[in-house]
Amino acid sequence: MRIGTFKETYVADAALFDSRTQHVWLGIAAVLLVAFPFVASDYWLYLACLIAINVASSTGLNILTGYTGLVSLGQAAFMGLGAYTVAILQARWGTPLLLNLLAGGFVAMVGGMVVGIPSLRVKGLYLAIVTIAASFIAHFLFANFSITGGTTGLSMQPGQLFGAVLDTSFRLYWLIVPVTVLMLLGAANLFRTRIGRAFIAIRDRDISAEVLGIPLLQYKLLSFGLSSFYAGVAGGLWAYFFRVVTPESFPLSLSIFFLAAIIVGGMGSILGGVLGAVFMTLVPEVLKLIVDLLPGGTNLTVFLSPVRLVIFGALIIGFLVFEPLGLAEMWRRTRRFFHLWPFRN
Amino acid sequence: MMDWAYLFEISLTGIASGGLYALAALAFVMVYKATRVVNIAIGEMLMAGAYLFFTFAAMWSLPLWLAIPAAVLASGLLGAVIERTMIRPLLGEPPISAFMVTVGLGSVLVGLVEMVWSADQRRLPDFMPSKPIMVGDAFLAPKVFWGAVIAAVFIAAVLLVFRYWRGGVALRATASDQGAAYSVGINVPRVFSLAWVVSAMLAAVSGIIVGSIGGISSSMGVFGLSVLVVVIVGGLDSVLGALVAGVLVGLVEALAGAYLGGEYKLLATFIVLVAILMARPYGLFGTREIERL
Repeated sequence: MRIGTFKETYVADAALFDSRTQHVWLGIAAVLLVAFPFVASDYWLYLACLIAINVASSTGLNILTGYTGLVSLGQAAFMGLGAYTVAILQARWGTPLLLNLLAGGFVAMVGGMVVGIPSLRVKGLYLAIVTIAASFIAHFLFANFSITGGTTGLSMQPGQLFGAVLDTSFRLYWLIVPVTVLMLLGAANLFRTRIGRAFIAIRDRDISAEVLGIPLLQYKLLSFGLSSFYAGVAGGLWAYFFRVVTPESFPLSLSIFFLAAIIVGGMGSILGGVLGAVFMTLVPEVLKLIVDLLPGGTNLTVFLSPVRLVIFGALIIGFLVFEPLGLAEMWRRTRRFFHLWPFRN
Repeated sequence: MMDWAYLFEISLTGIASGGLYALAALAFVMVYKATRVVNIAIGEMLMAGAYLFFTFAAMWSLPLWLAIPAAVLASGLLGAVIERTMIRPLLGEPPISAFMVTVGLGSVLVGLVEMVWSADQRRLPDFMPSKPIMVGDAFLAPKVFWGAVIAAVFIAAVLLVFRYWRGGVALRATASDQGAAYSVGINVPRVFSLAWVVSAMLAAVSGIIVGSIGGISSSMGVFGLSVLVVVIVGGLDSVLGALVAGVLVGLVEALAGAYLGGEYKLLATFIVLVAILMARPYGLFGTREIERL
């Protein structure tokens, strides 16, 4: 039985992971993450990398939408900015991988800040529509600039890290997952700092935040920038993973996917972003499995993509209507049950 | 040297298709005014109306005078179901929740349409006169012209109905102050339903027109993006704004499409959107909300 908390020092109170149990579980998770590639098949490794990329991007969106309260439908466009930057750097100049990733992140960050400029004047849903505009403008730029290879896009060589050529899912796993874990830790820590607290204040009521001395434009831009930085790095990882970047790689529906992921997972919670991204990435795969298992599976594959759309939409609606705080809240409930057991919650 | 006749022709087409945008935007504004829900699935609701019409007219081969009202009524029913199952439970939640629900709704509608009717492009039966329309020397595609005329008639009808009909008055009262409307005996939840039903019906009408001009397919929802631009440019809660911005966006799209190329259409509209929002954050005629602590 583990009831409540009993903190004796400020350090303990401010700790990111506060209990012994949590440390143990995190240790187990880390060991599992390290062991996973040695036991998993190629298909599962592929999925793991994809999930990690989506986790990184949806965590970024969570900073912006979940914590700062600025709804964005442009996350995919910022991913695209990162992916194109990485692809151009890698294909033209062959600069080192980590440098490319950072550059991708920073280019996306600048893009995000430019898109964020209207955020002081334009509020709420108007802003969401402005970000849709941004994603169309980005798509147009990708498709019509010569440096991005036009509609055919860019293809690139596999990246190299410490002399190893990253051409299999197994090797890419060692790039993608650690980067994602680092970014997750960064995001989790962000909300223990002045900046993260300011974001939360802006989300809760932006006028009172301003009265409290938080410069709104500066922090909103910062939030846009950080979120896009995450998207840019995720996009860069995406580029190394698929090695082909086209304007169609980052459609508006991908932005909606990320927004859906944080809704399903739970807005304003790091764990929520992770759970949501994992869940949403796995849903289509599980569907595919079910269709394969059903009798007459080949006829049903025609239905796969519409069914996916319906389930995708139904998940968003269902979570918003029945569980607005998402999977993270379910997780919290489960945890609370064990904390308080044998007493009722 | 500029070809003025060509410019005139393009502008006419643009204004005519702007009429269609205005009709769809009216459907959007109706819901927003009454329920404060940004219905991003407006394009998909258009599509649903068009497909219902397709089913009644082409698959069950009902006569047109029966198929069109049937499709419109069925859409109204769809609107009622949507309001009851998805929007009503979210009353009192932050506006973003309802917004996201309509995002999900759009996805569900597209998926359903692809399941039932497949993703292929279909043609709606012709019901508009096909004699070319000449305005001076300029040629105007008959379908576009008649579509605009029908849209204009509907817009006028809706405006009149909501000016004088009790339900319309109730809707406008709810829009301006929910609490006050409640206290003078207006059944606000009923008004919410009404708004969704009427909006879905209007969307169905414009879906039928849009579909008979350009054919129907499961990607018709893209039309909704332009409609979204229209309502944002006009101001979310302004009927007048929807009309003006509809014509404006139609014009911009037609000009961009003619002089720059088809891929510039959406780009141009979105640039107009950003430019106008930077100058007027609540759109051209939107209500400026006063925020207090």
